Order: sequence, then structure tokens, then C-alpha cells
Amino acid sequence: MSWVEIRNLQAIPLAEIPRLPIEGLRLQLIEKIKRGGRLVQFFGDKSSDGVVLFAVVADDNASRLYVASSSFTAERVYRSITPEAPSAHLFEREFHEEFGIVPEGHPWLKPVRSSIPGIAGDETPYEFFSMEGEEVHEVGVGPIHAGIIEPGHFRFSCHGEKVYQLEIKLGFQHRGVEVLFVRNGGRPIYLEKLAESVSGDTVIGHAGGFIRAIESLADTVVPRRAKLIRTIALELERTAVHLGDLSALSGDVAYLTGNSVFGALRTRVINTTMAICGNRFGRGLLKLGGVNFDITPQLRDKIASMIDELDEDVSLAAEVLFSSASVLERFEKTGVVNRETAAAIGMVGPAARASGVKIDVRSDHPFGGFEFIPVHKLTLEGGDVFARAYIRFVEIQQSIRIIEEQLSGLFAGDMKNELGQLSKNSLVVSLTEGWRGEIGYVVITNADGKIRKVKVKDPSFHNWLALSLAVREEGISDFPLCNKSFNLSYCGFDL
Amino acid sequence: MMAVVIVLALMTVSPFFFIGLINKVKAVWAGRKGAPLLQPYYDFFRLLKKGEVISGTTSIVFKIAPSVNISAVLFALLIVPIPLIGSVINFQGDFVLFAYALGLAKFFTVAAALDTGSSFEGMGASREVTYSTIVEPAFFVVIGSLALLTHQISFDSIFAAVNFSTHYTALIKILLVASLFIMLLAEGSRVPVDDPNTHLELTMIHEVMILDYSGPDLAFIQYAAALKMTIISILIADLLVPSYLGLLPTLAVLAFIMALVFLSVGIVESLIARSRISHIPQFLFLMTTLSLTAFAVIAFFLFGVIG
Repeated sequence: MSWVEIRNLQAIPLAEIPRLPIEGLRLQLIEKIKRGGRLVQFFGDKSSDGVVLFAVVADDNASRLYVASSSFTAERVYRSITPEAPSAHLFEREFHEEFGIVPEGHPWLKPVRSSIPGIAGDETPYEFFSMEGEEVHEVGVGPIHAGIIEPGHFRFSCHGEKVYQLEIKLGFQHRGVEVLFVRNGGRPIYLEKLAESVSGDTVIGHAGGFIRAIESLADTVVPRRAKLIRTIALELERTAVHLGDLSALSGDVAYLTGNSVFGALRTRVINTTMAICGNRFGRGLLKLGGVNFDITPQLRDKIASMIDELDEDVSLAAEVLFSSASVLERFEKTGVVNRETAAAIGMVGPAARASGVKIDVRSDHPFGGFEFIPVHKLTLEGGDVFARAYIRFVEIQQSIRIIEEQLSGLFAGDMKNELGQLSKNSLVVSLTEGWRGEIGYVVITNADGKIRKVKVKDPSFHNWLALSLAVREEGISDFPLCNKSFNLSYCGFDL
Repeated sequence: MMAVVIVLALMTVSPFFFIGLINKVKAVWAGRKGAPLLQPYYDFFRLLKKGEVISGTTSIVFKIAPSVNISAVLFALLIVPIPLIGSVINFQGDFVLFAYALGLAKFFTVAAALDTGSSFEGMGASREVTYSTIVEPAFFVVIGSLALLTHQISFDSIFAAVNFSTHYTALIKILLVASLFIMLLAEGSRVPVDDPNTHLELTMIHEVMILDYSGPDLAFIQYAAALKMTIISILIADLLVPSYLGLLPTLAVLAFIMALVFLSVGIVESLIARSRISHIPQFLFLMTTLSLTAFAVIAFFLFGVIG
């Protein structure tokens, strides 16, 4: 039986998804990944008679997604996929943690979000990988940090300044987002707010991803104008965060000029988002069926002139930053992830593109306004901190072009349409290119057309492992810089 | 005598002003208004009023370290010669005592950091000691060059005699001033050696060693660090203040040069990023190179021989 072929945001009845025996699913999944497919989702769903496992693989070149499922009733073991397809590694751990089904032969079967001491008394303590030796020392950082950052624990095994191995323990912010989506599924406003809060730095990205999934299930056509406003908001978000990251990267190497200039530029962008919807991070802008706030002609001119100035100032600031010898000394050849590794572990977003992996959901699986916008996939080869910094600069320029184009095409029209009934017993896969990379939502409805299961995947889920690999053999003092160059979300991972 | 007391008193209260100066330069460069020039003083008095939290794993070393630190650095201030005024304590070879007074302060800071048993602080201590092994010998080359030049072996008489002018002294002074400026950046934990403003424990050197301190102890440590920078800036000024001025003009020039030194620190911090930890020794060896060059110039041109 072959996998069902769909496109991004195409709702299909659950009945059309082939149910394969687990060994068959495993072999076909490995086969697909070996042929260049990318594992996009791999999750379980509790059904009346056990657990159903869904797997979604993307063929990025053909803009297609392939979905299959398998059910577990009595058996609680299957052969692990990870040894042959490393990108499945965290998905399988997550599946194991949630349903207790053991992927046999998984090399690193540890908890993903549980095992936080003090939260549940009966949990077994998390066991860290440890190295023995007279000159090996361990450094534990977090979950409480010196700055205002999210909680996560980093365990380094070092020899002097050199890091041999880094293990990252997350889960401190597990809020049960996926359950909350289902529990309060009846109230649209609640769903919108919840999606906006999955990761506070990706409001438009996450809300957009979720809202489009629901709209597809409801077969609601979003007015063109609303799509344009959403696109502008998404690109403003990307621009703002990338600018903030360039500022923070400068700050981490104590480069004052970059730190302050990029910080100031970011303020201009988030203030523009505020001018649109009253919130600097775009909260409240998106709505099921459209958008809540319009871009009036006056506002359009204001945004256009801001973008114009920004374009020039960003180029100038980037020229200074990327020509400063002392900054390059820190950025270049630091925290390298090569292309093979990046592809093998399934990295996404700017971090993957900085390692030369050509993926960008906006171009591979167009969504929303991007159905009408050709997006060129930008990649760099280095895979180091420099590449991850520089790709942000070029992506800012790209976003500026997109926003300019959208503003000029902003014609009159409705801002929203009524949301229809959700199709019953259906599944939809929604992929969105947030600023951090591919945001994935899968929404499944029940026989009453109510939300039964929401699977959320922040791009951080793919990229945290990359950070561990990037700092191997690096100086431990360069870890914060590497960390910032990925700028991953803790709460987006913890859900 | 009166002048000595007044000048020393001024020197003891001035360090935080100079730190405020650095911060102001950086703020202006970053396009901010910045904290008031006297903010470090406010912080100092705020910390003095606070209580302290002392880790249960620490011993007496942790508790006495800040006091030893501040006393040792204040003692070093008594040895360092001030133009036209001289130093309170001076004898032949007193610069060795000076170097090891600062060394004692550092030793106790490092010992206290190790005392906490924190892995961060251990790393900071290791880095601090590593870089000291480069800076300390270079300092002796600086003083050795001056001793060779002046045929004197006490701080006071070296700097009293150094201000004669020949064709070569200008060159020697440039080399030694640059050398001492690098020492100032290293000992003061400034960019590019260390980043005084970071919150990233893993990259810190000096800041990470004092993570466990709070309240008055922290105030002492910050004062001692600022005073140490001030003392090194006096050494730089010693090389540059002309000897033919009267007392007040000399002191005015001294203050001006010291302010200039801290202004330069602020400008350096505004313009360049912090170095990668593994590359810091290269920067510090620049101090060794500069001072050895000065030494060679003196040996070659003033005496025509080496050794």
C-alpha cells in the first residue's frame, strides 16, 4: 500500500490515510528518507483500540507530502527507525515518552520533556551521559540562567576549555499546549490566543500555521487582502527577530556598535507591527478566517517609508559588522555544522540554509500569500556562526523586498470571511516558514467535526541537536555565541 | 607631606569615577544617554548597605579574600610613584613588592573562586591564572627596561630619572606605554581580554570568579578592581608626565593623562569585539613583545651591547 500524497494545507479524510503494519511503515519511511525525503511529523494519536502512529514525509522538490499511519493495539515494541534515519531520533523519543511504546534499538532513548526533578515526585531522575577521566570535568548550566532567558539545562563534558560533548535537557516549560488546543477547542478566540503563545517570539508564525490548518479543514477561503496582510506581518516578524539576533550576536562578542545599532533597527520594525495591530509582536492580528486589523493607505505609506529607510540602514550596519576583523575572528569557523550532518539530523530554517541545505517552506510548500510570491531559497556553505549571522542579513533583505512587493499589491477587499464547519474525521498538515524555520501543525478532527488532536512542532524541535553537535570540539566559552546563532525556543520545544 | 596625603586621598576615591568615564564613553558611542558619571559610586554605597549571602560550602578563605584583596591593592597604591610626589614606601627593588602585592590580591580572588567549588568559578580561576603567567613576566620586562635605562632599581628613582630626553626615549616610552595599556586591559578585565558587561557565565573571566559574592564583599572587590586599573594608569602617566612643571600643573597633567587612558579603554571597548578565549594569549604576548623590544632598543642603542 502506498502513502497518500497531499499538498501543504490540503485536508484529507482520515479514511484515505493508509494503515500499514509498523515494520512496513518503518521500511518505507527509511526508504523515503534515503531518497531525499524529509521527516516532517511523526506522532501518535490515542484511538479507541490503542495508539495510531502517523508519519509525514516531505518531498521538498515536488512540493508534496506523504502520509501513512500504523496502529499499535497489543504490541508495545517496534524496531527503531533512528539508526538508519537519524532525523527520526527526537520524534521517536517523543512517541515513546507519550505512549510508552518502545522503539527497540534506539540509541538515545531518553525523556524529552518529562523527568524534571521536583515536578512529579515519582519520576525517575534523568541520567546524563557522563565521561570518566582524571582531566575530564563537567559543567552544568541552568535551568536558571544569569540573564533573562528561558530555562534549559546544559551539561558539558570538557577537557580544559574544550567541549567533548554537550547534552541538553529541556522540558522545564511544558505547559500541555497540545492538550489545551483540544480541551478548549470550541472557542475560536481561545485557539487563536493559544497558538500565538506557543512561542512568544513567533506569534505570527505559530498563529498563522495553526489558523491556516483550521481554515483548510473548514474549507474557508481567506480574502486576498487578508493573505497579503498576513504575509507582511510574517515578514515583519522575520525581519524584527533577525535584527534582534544580529544585535544579540554582537552583544555576545562584546561588539558594542552592532549591539546598539541592530537593536535600534529592530525597534523600528516591531513598532511598525504595533502600528498595524497595537502589539509589537503581532498579537491579536491574525484571526480564523482573516485578520483583525487593516492596513489603511496612510499606514501603507508609513510602512513603505519605514521599510525604505530600513533597507539602507541595515545594509550599512551589516557592512560595518561583517567587515570588523574582531567580529569575524569570533564568528568564522565557530560552531560548524556541515551540510551532511545538517541534512541527516533534519535541520530546518536559516540554520539549515547556513549549512547549505536548500529548504524553505515558503518556496517548497507555499502557504497563504506565498502561493503568489516566488521565494528564492538562499543558502550559504560555511555552517558556522558567521554563516548563521550572514544568512540573517540576506534574509532581512529578502523580507524587505517581499514586504515592498506586498505593499504595492495591497488592493481593496475584505479582511475576513466566516469560518465554516470543520470537515469530519479529517487530517490536515500545515507547514509554515517562521523566522526560525519550519513550523508544523497537524490537526485531526473527530466524527462531530471537532478538534480531536493537534500536533505542534516548533522548528527548535529539529535544531536543538544541531547545537549540541556544533559545540563539539569547540571552546566552552564559545557556547553562548553558538547558542545565540541558533536562537532556539525552549517553550516552543517544551510545548 | 600634606600634598602626599591629599593626592593619595584623591587617588583612593577616584577609581569609580574612571569606571564611570569608561561607561559614559561606551554609552555615547552606542547612542545612549548612559548612566550618570558617578553611578559606580552609587552602586558601591548601595552594595555596602546590603546583606550578604555566603555559600555553605565555602571556608574562611572565601570570607577573608575580599578584605585581603582590597588591602593588598591599597598597599600597592602606597608603592606606586606619583609624579613629583613620589611614593610612600620605597626601597631598592620595591617594584617586586608592588607586583606581588597585586599578585596576592589575585591569589586570594582565585583561591576564593576555587573555594566555592563551582565549576564556573573554577574555569574563571583557571583562565585568570593562565593569563597572569603571561602578563606578570612582561611587567617585569617593562620595569627591567626602565631600570636598565635609568640605572635605578626602585620605582621612585626609576620614574624620577626616566624623564630625561634623548632620541630614543620617545620610542621607548611609546613601546612601554602600549605595553602597560595592554596590562591595564588584562588586569582590569576589559575588552578584548574579558567582557565586563556580559551575563554569559561561560565566557567570563573576572566576573565569574566573584559570582558568589554579594553585598559589602562585592563592593570591596569592585573597588579593588577599579583601584588596580587606576594604579596601572598612574604607571602609564609616570612615563608621560613631564618633569619640569610645578606641583599643581603636574597633578593636572597627571589627572588629564589618567582620564585619557580610561577614555581610550572606553574607545577600545566601543570599537572592537572581545577576542576568542583561545586567542587571548596572542594579544597578551603583544605586551611581552613590546616590552622586549623596548628592552632591546635600550640595550642596543643606549649601551651598544646586549648583556
